[in-house]
Amino acid sequence: MLEILAERFNYIPIIILMMIGLYVVIATGNLVKRLVGLSIFQTSVFLLYITIGKVFGGAPPILEDYKADDGYGHGGEGEAYGAAEAGHAAEAAAGHGADQAAPAADAAHQAAEVLYSNPLPHVLILTAIVVGVATLAVGLALVVRIREAYGTIEDDALNTADYSLESGSAE
Amino acid sequence: MQFLADFLPAGVAMHAPALIVVIPLITAALAALMPNGRVAWIVALITAAAVALLSLNLLGQVMDEGVISYHMGGWAPPLGIEYRVDMLNVALLLLVGFVGLLCVFYALPSVADEIAENKQALFYSAFLVCFAGLLGVTITGDAFNVFVFLEISSISTYVLIAMGAGKDRRALTASYNYLILGTIGATFFVIGVGFLYMATGTLNMADMAAILEANGHNRVSQAAFAFIVVGLGLKAAMFPLHVWLPNAYAFAPNFVTAFLASTATKVAFYALIRFLFSVFHPDVSFVEMSFVWLFAVVGTIAMVVASLQAVFQTDARRLLAYSSVAQVGYMMLGLGMGTASGLSAGLLHLMNHALMKGALFMALGAFALNFGVRRIKDLAGMGKTMPASAMAFTIAGLSLVGVPLTVGFTSKWYLVTAALERGWWWAVAALMLSSLLALAYVARLLSAIWMDSPPTHHGELTQRRLAPWMVLVPMSILALANIYFFFHADPLVWLARSAAEAVMGGS
Repeated sequence: MLEILAERFNYIPIIILMMIGLYVVIATGNLVKRLVGLSIFQTSVFLLYITIGKVFGGAPPILEDYKADDGYGHGGEGEAYGAAEAGHAAEAAAGHGADQAAPAADAAHQAAEVLYSNPLPHVLILTAIVVGVATLAVGLALVVRIREAYGTIEDDALNTADYSLESGSAE
Repeated sequence: MQFLADFLPAGVAMHAPALIVVIPLITAALAALMPNGRVAWIVALITAAAVALLSLNLLGQVMDEGVISYHMGGWAPPLGIEYRVDMLNVALLLLVGFVGLLCVFYALPSVADEIAENKQALFYSAFLVCFAGLLGVTITGDAFNVFVFLEISSISTYVLIAMGAGKDRRALTASYNYLILGTIGATFFVIGVGFLYMATGTLNMADMAAILEANGHNRVSQAAFAFIVVGLGLKAAMFPLHVWLPNAYAFAPNFVTAFLASTATKVAFYALIRFLFSVFHPDVSFVEMSFVWLFAVVGTIAMVVASLQAVFQTDARRLLAYSSVAQVGYMMLGLGMGTASGLSAGLLHLMNHALMKGALFMALGAFALNFGVRRIKDLAGMGKTMPASAMAFTIAGLSLVGVPLTVGFTSKWYLVTAALERGWWWAVAALMLSSLLALAYVARLLSAIWMDSPPTHHGELTQRRLAPWMVLVPMSILALANIYFFFHADPLVWLARSAAEAVMGGS
């Protein structure tokens, strides 16, 4: 059991964050705090995506040739890195299922045995971050409007206000 | 159907799958720049008309050539993003396109009444973004793209609902609650897509399905399934996840309610069907089990419980919102049968429900526009003061109950037939019970409208007031469609059946 957890240590903080976020959304009556919880929940999912993009021993997904041409001076180092880790690629791929195997194998073939991490999840998460920011912005704007209309941002007080509105306006 | 495929220039037709999403996105920006609401409305109307035409053209293309696979930016799938149009998509595109067009037509007087003058252009802009998002969810063949478009449509929906605050401040809290639940739903969905990506290493839905079939399912894909069902279930207002819907529909501007009720939940339900049938295969044991033990059972409970809740509402729009939750139950039941006839009955009900709810909410909007009423008892005497709108409301209301001569009867008939085919007597019993409850809540509305006398004002009866023709025309079209498609049921039945066959693999 402990071994299974140790192998997947990267998922543990993600799950903890996810649960904290979801709990805050459900438990708090304060509208702003609820948005905070929602952001934590979303961030944990960003981390989930980023962690599945990692290939053990993988270099950052930047073409090595480009690096050498641009004169950054890391080309040689990178190739050595790649050669040394090429063996690990197969192991890591075999051990971690089809998810990392397919991109890892492709990368290894195409880029002359340099093992890259999978960049796609990062790109996806850039989009998801934008979505998260937009949601948070709309949410906060709504909270401001609610504060203006009701004078409170506590859920209980809002319910009371609406309830008295309904019974008060019944002719 | 050659003329449908050919009536647009070849270049436009070739890029129709991309244009149908891109046009509303671009015109959304244009509408925001317009000086006043009326000009922005013209932009929205032209956009909706263009989308409706493109969806017709896509229907023609799909009928001629089968599945269209459009490669975004020329990148071939599975690496590039693919827009994939088959009979199922095209049915939904037609629905969103044409109901969207009718709703926009209806919008001008309704929005002018409910939204502040200086915000109208932005309001139409938000509507177009929402429109683009819904079309995007429907047309894309890429799982992550579904998430992005789902959020594009949802975020703009939160804004649209909150705009109802001008009439009732509860629109703000309704919108806020929808934002929280909608975002949780979307995040669950994106977790599910992440798991699917872990299991398959691809984001293209067709590719995912092929890899899942070759590799078989494991715990990861099962977890993905659970997350996706819950996430999309929240968006589609599946029964226990529907709590955001009644308030959102009750307090949003009338035009927004009419549009959302007939498109937004339908599109989320489409996405669910797409994932259940195209990505996960209905033959896989856990998917099959979820049909029988989750969708059919929960759908049945939804049909009865939500209808029961509807009977006791005091707000007319809240009543119809609960009825919407019950109607989603019918669709879930059809889906849960797991047969082609069940799914096509569910899809038929999906389309018919859009027709009836569109007309019902438009009629309520017309009542609100002329008299500012929203509670059931305030509808008293509408049959005398606004006979045309009341007539449209009555037709659509009877259709909701499933009275013969309306489309509601057709789709319930197909649902019952499909249930009997499967031997599910209990489902038929639940359908009957739910229809009786529907009769009860529709009768409450209709008796207020036709039986009660109009309120007196300073001792005089309220005068008859005609709704603006821009309200009457789309409302009558939708209401008459409820009757027309009973007598000419073939096009819709054919559409639903070929859509079901498209995802069931012709079985």
